Amino acid sequence: MKLRLPPGRRLVMGIPFAWLLLFFVVPFVIVLKISLSENIVGIPPYKPLLEWADDTLKVVVNFSNFIWLSQDSLYFDAYVNSLKVAAISTVLCLLVGYPMAYAIARAKPSSQPALLLLIMLPSWTSFLIRIYAWIGILKNQGLLNQFLMWLGVIQEPLHILNTNTALYIGVVYAYLPFMVLPLYANLSRHDQSLLEAASDLGARGWKAFLTVTLPLSKAGMVAGAMLVFIPVVGEFVIPELLGGPQSLMIGKVLWNEFFSNRDWPVAASLAVVMLGLLCVPIAFFNRQQAKELEGEQ
Amino acid sequence: MKGFSLSKAWFYLGLLFLYAPMAILIIYSFNSARVVTVWAGFSTKWYGELFGDSQLMSAVWISLRIAFFTACSAVVLGTMAAFVLVRFRPTKWKTAFSSMITAPLVMPDVIIGLSLLLLFVAMADVLGWPKDRGMLTIWIAHVTFCSAYAAVVITSRLREMDLSLEEAAMDLGAPPLKTFMTITLPLLLPALAAAWLLSFTLSIDDLVIASFVSGPGATTLPMEVFSSVRMGISPKVNALATLIILVVSVAAFISWLLVRRAERRRQADLEAIKAAP
Repeated sequence: MKLRLPPGRRLVMGIPFAWLLLFFVVPFVIVLKISLSENIVGIPPYKPLLEWADDTLKVVVNFSNFIWLSQDSLYFDAYVNSLKVAAISTVLCLLVGYPMAYAIARAKPSSQPALLLLIMLPSWTSFLIRIYAWIGILKNQGLLNQFLMWLGVIQEPLHILNTNTALYIGVVYAYLPFMVLPLYANLSRHDQSLLEAASDLGARGWKAFLTVTLPLSKAGMVAGAMLVFIPVVGEFVIPELLGGPQSLMIGKVLWNEFFSNRDWPVAASLAVVMLGLLCVPIAFFNRQQAKELEGEQ
Repeated sequence: MKGFSLSKAWFYLGLLFLYAPMAILIIYSFNSARVVTVWAGFSTKWYGELFGDSQLMSAVWISLRIAFFTACSAVVLGTMAAFVLVRFRPTKWKTAFSSMITAPLVMPDVIIGLSLLLLFVAMADVLGWPKDRGMLTIWIAHVTFCSAYAAVVITSRLREMDLSLEEAAMDLGAPPLKTFMTITLPLLLPALAAAWLLSFTLSIDDLVIASFVSGPGATTLPMEVFSSVRMGISPKVNALATLIILVVSVAAFISWLLVRRAERRRQADLEAIKAAP
């Protein structure tokens, strides 16, 4: 290794590097290792991969967990459903969040920080408690049904809690700020003279928006979509509290496999497959972030 | 422009969507009925019950302590990481480092939690440390993902910072550490405060990762709330939610005022420098 850095600089890089290596990278190697071992009753509840017996080192690699995952349609359905929920939520967040980000970016410069604070403030209060608030709103005798029946729109209470509708409401509610923030960052940097030029050439209003603003904000949309899509795939709390039996998501399955069935190797293989599915979007996000972080050098 | 007023109206609708559930929680925390959705008169009895619940209060204390230590450590690691990202020459080590620091931002919680737990179990098996899981392991897990957020916040500030002040200090003979302490650190302070607050709230809010890496000895506030929500809704949680919302709003408002004041002072200083002959 060729590191020609002064000792102080080496330390500045070395400490966080070592921390991340030990507590972020090594754990994934261990997950991979345990996903290949056999479930046993004991502490810890899996068989070691390397066995030292009778002066020989045996490496026992066991693919049965992955075969198990492919044979039970429960897991496959959970993966497909997670990706579907994440994709639909991302689109919904984009539809709801884009006009909001646009409104902030076009507001008076002096009031922009305050408007942004209004968007961010809810996400600083407890995530769990904000999801819990929706239970009281969405349940059969909840406030939404009471309100709609009082208006006379419906006669019978709607069944919303523990359905996919409730799940989408919860996800959009919780992840909206993660969409608005990168979009605002992008939209507020746009050069207004481009819009003036478009206007001079005859493109105004919607046409200018569709041909100038929208294409220019692509990077912001991609960043926001990644910040919503990737964590939602592994989401546990929202499907558990708001979703119903048909909204089975992989994060919830992994949690149950680990805490209820106490099958660590299967939980580890679920995580390995989930990571495999997310590899491409995560790598994509990292490249974008790296470009962003080093952009101005 | 027509599109402008439309997006403005949409913005206010969006704010309503974001704030209505929280407003409802606050209103119903003063409801005397046990059933959350029936209004039966004003009462503060749930606040009394909340403070009388020793299990919940001990969870609050544990969460606060973990969040405090997490925030302090994450700011230190995040500052180092930000310096690497902004000030270091691009090398392949730096590329590896920058993808490692941004990965926790998007990694699903269940994967981080599970992988860290398996690491701790393996370490206990091989090294005999950590003997049991609890506050220490939760702290390690929280520092790992909070550093990533802290690094992003501090990076954006560091990138805007004018290098000439530090160069001037160095030219006048200040050694690097002294330059850092007297010039860089004070200039970076608003970003460090923002990163600290962000890490603190992320840590105090985390349910999934803490559930994986905690042992029987340490139950954090979200874990306590989650189990009580699963058992059935208790109005005590409304009272707790109201207090959390209150504390966060006040903290956010104060930090916003401080940042605005610092910004104005900086502007005034710049004007003064420009105006000076």
